[in-house]
Formats: sequence, C-alpha cells, structure tokens
Amino acid sequence: MLRGLGKLTWLEIKIFLREPLGVVGAIGMPVLVFVVLGRLLGRRAAARSPDVASGVSVDVAVFATILIALAAVLSLITIISIYREGGILKRLRATPLRPETILTAHVVVKLVFTAATLALMIVVGARYYPMALDVRVVSFSLALLLSTTSILSTGFLIASIVPTARFAQPMASLILYPMIAISGLFVPVESLPTALQTVARLVPLTYAVSLLKGIWNGSAWSAHLLDIAALILVFVVCTALSAKLFRWE
Amino acid sequence: MIRQPVVQVSGIRKLYGATVAVDEVSFDVQEGEIFGLIGPNGAGKTTTMECVEGLRVPDRGTISVLALDPVRDARRLQNRIGVQLQEAQLQKRVKVWEAVDLWASLYPKTVNGDRLLEQLGLADKRDAWFMTLSGGQKQRLFIALALINDPEVVFLDELTTGLDPQARRAIWDLVRGIRARGKTVCLTTHLMEEAERLCDRVAIIEHGRIIDIDTPGRLVGRHCPERTVVLTTDDRTAEGRFRTIPLVDAVSRRDSRYTIRGRGEGMVTQVIDCLSEHRIRVTDFRTVLPNLEDVFLKLTGHSIRD
Repeated sequence: MLRGLGKLTWLEIKIFLREPLGVVGAIGMPVLVFVVLGRLLGRRAAARSPDVASGVSVDVAVFATILIALAAVLSLITIISIYREGGILKRLRATPLRPETILTAHVVVKLVFTAATLALMIVVGARYYPMALDVRVVSFSLALLLSTTSILSTGFLIASIVPTARFAQPMASLILYPMIAISGLFVPVESLPTALQTVARLVPLTYAVSLLKGIWNGSAWSAHLLDIAALILVFVVCTALSAKLFRWE
Repeated sequence: MIRQPVVQVSGIRKLYGATVAVDEVSFDVQEGEIFGLIGPNGAGKTTTMECVEGLRVPDRGTISVLALDPVRDARRLQNRIGVQLQEAQLQKRVKVWEAVDLWASLYPKTVNGDRLLEQLGLADKRDAWFMTLSGGQKQRLFIALALINDPEVVFLDELTTGLDPQARRAIWDLVRGIRARGKTVCLTTHLMEEAERLCDRVAIIEHGRIIDIDTPGRLVGRHCPERTVVLTTDDRTAEGRFRTIPLVDAVSRRDSRYTIRGRGEGMVTQVIDCLSEHRIRVTDFRTVLPNLEDVFLKLTGHSIRD
C-alpha cells in the first residue's frame, strides 16, 4: 500500500542533510540551547542543593524535548506547504504515490532527526545533568516518540489545509506556542484559571508534557494511561482528517 | 475492425466556481499519433488534459483512456500512462538519478533509468541537483520521469514553454522519438509553430470549447485556402496575363515586384503554367502559405498572442 515509502523517506533524509542551515536549526540549535541552559541553571542549582538541581534538570530536559517536537512540527508544515506551492506535490500526485505515503515519509524523517537530536543531547548533556543517565532512556524515548508522533499529526492536519507557505509558519506558531504556555510545562495545569484548564485539557501538548514529565520522574506507564489514550486519539483523528482534507495544490 | 481510440473524450464540462473552464469538449486520440490541444493561455487546454489524466473530475461528460475511467481506475491507469505537468517542480536538492530511481520504485514495470537519461542527454547530469538544471534539462528530466514506466500514452503539458528555440527543437525531436517507439502522445501548446511541426492532428480550443479538429494541413486548407505568390519580373505584359488566371483574385505591383493573391491548391500551378506559357522571365519567385496561426486568427478573430 505504501509503495515507495522507504525510497522517499531515505531521499528526504538526504535532501534534508544537503541543506546546511536546516540541519543547524533542527539539530544544532536545540542541543546548543540545552547546553547553555544546562550550564547556567546547572551551576546555579549546584550552588543550592542537590534536590533543586534535579528539579531544574527535569524541567529543562522535558522543555528541550518539547521544543524539538515543536520544531519538527513547524518544519513539517513548512516543507509540505513549500512542496505544495512549488508544484512538487502536484507532480507526485500524478504517480502511484498516495498522500499517506508522502506524509508518513516526512513524519518518519522528522522522527529520525528528533531521535538524533535527543541522542546528541543525552551525550552532551551527560556533563551537565549527571542524573540524566539514571533516567530510563528507553522509556523516555518511547514516550517522546509517542508524543512527537501525536503532535506531528496535528502538524500535518495544519499542513493539509494551510493555503501557502508564507501563511503556514505564522499560523502554526500561533497555534503551537500558546500551547506550551498552558500545557503544564511551567505551571501545573491545576493551578490555571478554570477556563484555561478546560482549554489545556483539549490541547494534545498537555498530555505529552504530562507523560514526558511522569516518565522522566520515574512513574510507571500504567499511571499515564489517560495521556497515552489522548495522544493516540489525537493521532488517529488528525491523521484521518488530514488524509481527507489533503490538498495537492 | 476499427481500432478503439486510445483516448476518448465526450462532452466534458468543468466549472471553477461560476467560470466555465471547459465546455462540451469532445475528441478522440488514435494509437500512435501525436495529438495536440492548441489555444491561448487560459483556453482550457490544461484543465482538459488534467481531466484526461485523472487529476480533475469533470462536472459532466465521459472520458476513457485505454478503455479505463481516469478517476475510477486511477491506479491501474497510472501504471500505463506517463505524465508531464505544466509548471511542476521537484525538490530543489534532489539529484537527477535519485528522482529517476524514486519514480522507478513506484511502478511495477519500468525501463532502465540510466539508459533513459542517456537517451535524453542527461547522462552527465546524473548527479546534479534539480535546482542546478537549466530549463531544458528540467523538461528533459520530466520527460524521463514520464517515460520511466514504459507508458502506452504520454501526456505533455506546455512542454517547451520558456525554453529557447534550440532547446525547443531538441525537445521536439525527443517527442517524435516517443512516437517512433509506438507510443501515443497527447500534448498542449500555445505555440502554433510547435503544433504545426510536431502534431499529426490538432484540436483548436478557445474559451473552453473546441473550434475544430484535424491535421494541421487540412485545417489550413479548410479555413485558409488563400495562396499568395510573390515574384519579380521586368516583363511589362505580365500584370495583364496574371489577371486572366482563373484562381487569381488580385494582383498588385510595386516596381517590378508582383504580389498575386488567389485561393485553392491549384492556384500556384496556374501561375507557374502562365509564366511558362508566356515565357515570362522571373528573377524571384516564392509562395506564401497560410499556417495554423492564420487559421487561429480567422477562427477566433484575434491572434493567439493577444
């Protein structure tokens, strides 16, 4: 069914690597931010107590991973809209390639680079966040994979319907970044005003943050069934919708 | 037994909002011919073509390509047709061979990609990024992609638009080569010269309707039977003699240069007969034949470039 997926995915990975600025932005920047934050916060935290240090590092790690996921979404939306505007999607349409294949290829590419960034951060971050290596890397990676896939699906829903590339980036930022504020990353959702709490519960990022924080802090998967269900539901709904609404030109 | 046409379009109509893009368009394309849809930009050529390719669904009418329905049987048809789209692009940094390789992976039956690139003169551009190719090279790559699945019918939309005359001629040769391999070609163009040189039959389309369909030669013969002979002679008796030629309508003279207008295929022969019969010595002789451009002007009342 997904004929050409392997080839297209590999091709898109190579094409992505040929754009030096894109690589720096997608992989270099998050790692750099992580390291800089790590140096600043890590040193300040160390001056106080080990407890605080671990508290700070948790947030930085989750924050950084969320940033990677959002960067991936933004880049997915931009690429799809550039492909649409440039007539690339139109040309691909006249082949046996299906829209699902094209979107899946781009999602896989984003996941690959998210994983690469994460791996790099773990390696680099080991200096500043000694406790990071105690974390269940596999569990956390799985949680991040699920979160990113789910957030990416909202991205390709946006990508399926935005008219132009110029419009895509600001629109996506407008939708995505406010989500960070109410997702419980900085302030617990429970302490938000009631109205915002309601909004927060409708936002997939909230469940991603809750899952990532929980897994990072060592809680069991079974404690996050609601988060997992919500993320899967978002993925299923957004994927189905975007397959229906996908515009080739 | 009459062979069924490769493409059959019957009474299709396509609206964009309230605008009628294509109306009551019908035509057949026979196996092994180069068929052209010609007309100015915005006439409905591309819309018609994209309906035939299955990329758009007409609001009315029926289309059959290789006895398949382009929309309902899209997947089966895609394996048997080749498509080059107007203003299509590829990823900027995709290499030529990578594009060919990707396309080849999409079809059950394919031809050798490297040999195809060689035939299209792109062998030395194998490792070049798409964005570094010239306009002619990009079009040749798109032809390669359209041919990768060894299609029975090839659709080419505004293939040479934006190319310089030299690149254009090279592309024409390639299209003739596609026909020579037994394939059917369906193309659109707004260049009358291209249609005249390349197409076995053309459909003239304007404001979404087909005005006439035939071979370029017969279209010219039917709509523009006028013939003009321009010759130079010092023989003062000539003018009077020319006026007695049956198929001649008008003779005008400027110094020793005569312009003789008439109609009908026999007119030029009659002029030549007249010259030899009366031993009129000419120092210059040429005929001016109408072309598709004149046909278009006559049928629509305006030039295709307007």
